[in-house]
Amino acid sequence: MIAIIDYGVGNLFSLKSSFAAIGQEAVVTSDPKVIEAADRVILPGVGAFGDAAQKLRQSGMAQVVKDQAAKGKPIMGICLGMQLLFDKSCEYGEHEGLGLIHGNIRPISEIIKRGLKIPHIGWNALIMKKESALFKYLSEGDCVYFVHSYYAADCDENTTATAEYSAELTASVENGNVYGCQFHPEKSGEVGLNILRAFCEI
Amino acid sequence: MITKRIIPCLDVKNGRVVKGVNFEGLSDVASPVELAKYYSSCGADELVFYDITASAEGRALFTDILTQTAKSVFIPLTVGGGINTVADFDRVLKCGADKVSVNSGAIRNPDLVYEAAKLYGDQCVVISADVKRVDGVFRVFAKGGRVNTGMEAIEWIRRCVDNGAGEVVLNSIDTDGVKGGFDLEMLDAVCQVVNVPVIASGGAGKIEDFLTLFKALPKVDAGLAASIFHFGEVKIADLKAAMKDAGIPTRL
Repeated sequence: MIAIIDYGVGNLFSLKSSFAAIGQEAVVTSDPKVIEAADRVILPGVGAFGDAAQKLRQSGMAQVVKDQAAKGKPIMGICLGMQLLFDKSCEYGEHEGLGLIHGNIRPISEIIKRGLKIPHIGWNALIMKKESALFKYLSEGDCVYFVHSYYAADCDENTTATAEYSAELTASVENGNVYGCQFHPEKSGEVGLNILRAFCEI
Repeated sequence: MITKRIIPCLDVKNGRVVKGVNFEGLSDVASPVELAKYYSSCGADELVFYDITASAEGRALFTDILTQTAKSVFIPLTVGGGINTVADFDRVLKCGADKVSVNSGAIRNPDLVYEAAKLYGDQCVVISADVKRVDGVFRVFAKGGRVNTGMEAIEWIRRCVDNGAGEVVLNSIDTDGVKGGFDLEMLDAVCQVVNVPVIASGGAGKIEDFLTLFKALPKVDAGLAASIFHFGEVKIADLKAAMKDAGIPTRL
């Protein structure tokens, strides 16, 4: 069973449906016992980092995620959920993340060519940087769906794939049993479902 | 590099797709769920569901259909039609829509875009504008293109984007239904003033029209069409292969 952590941000409908589509039971929950009993954990998120990080702490879910990560359970952060796994973000002030992956969340405006549209929105091809269990069913150049204005920086060591948007933006990261996708696998068609499928087989 | 998106638009009335649809192998061609699955499997990058129902029963059917679609199709879904309040945003987002497109609702209530963007994020709010030339000036039309609001269109679209609209669908009434190609002049005028994705709508009749669009206006992000896809005049798989061959960034 997969626990999708509910801490009051974002629409979890598609995420839950996409696990159902690949024959996996997923529950949206904020119950530490359910999360403890789950085989895998998904940390979702949309919106602003500061607000989400605060909700994650206030709900007690920050500690739960850290405990599960320490136990070696596979955890995947998606979009803002991936960013929350990092040390800190500078989105509207400085905010602390979970520190499960080293690096910082910075505005894409700092590295992309001026005049390019922000957010980085749409389908973009994955450029594989490292082997990852998540890529089990993927091929180089497969496209996934992105929507974000901030990106993970200073994390080359943990970056498994990037996407080109005049600069290379971190698309996915991995640190042991902790995984993160900047893009939305639940909105990335068959490629996205295959990433979730691979995650369920870790 | 971000790929250019191809977006089929489905008009839904009382839970059924209207406008003739003619596909082999689809058991129920008027089922939005079946059509959505079909398009998704052909390589559509996104789907737009447009609710043209007037009745409350029809609206309930629509949200039901939307929920079923969102359960089985895993590409971005945009919903439009009858979006007049923040409560309407809430209703369709809860059913699995990713973006909500507003047209007449934003004309009637200029604060709607701002309020929705603040609540759900800019990326969630799409401004859809029906625009027509009147005495050489681009004007915004309301009520499905029937009523001239008298507002100058380019400035109005720019203002909506300033208020938080994260995407623009520009439907040219002048080229709509003519099948002679997209309205490049009008699209260019919009691309000059906004820095969010612009989706071209109205006028596509053949594959070459999309190639011309993306070659002539690199700032346009997507092409939207309805009947040419529904009638099979343009097959999405063929279109995307042609885009790839023409060197246009395409997701295959």
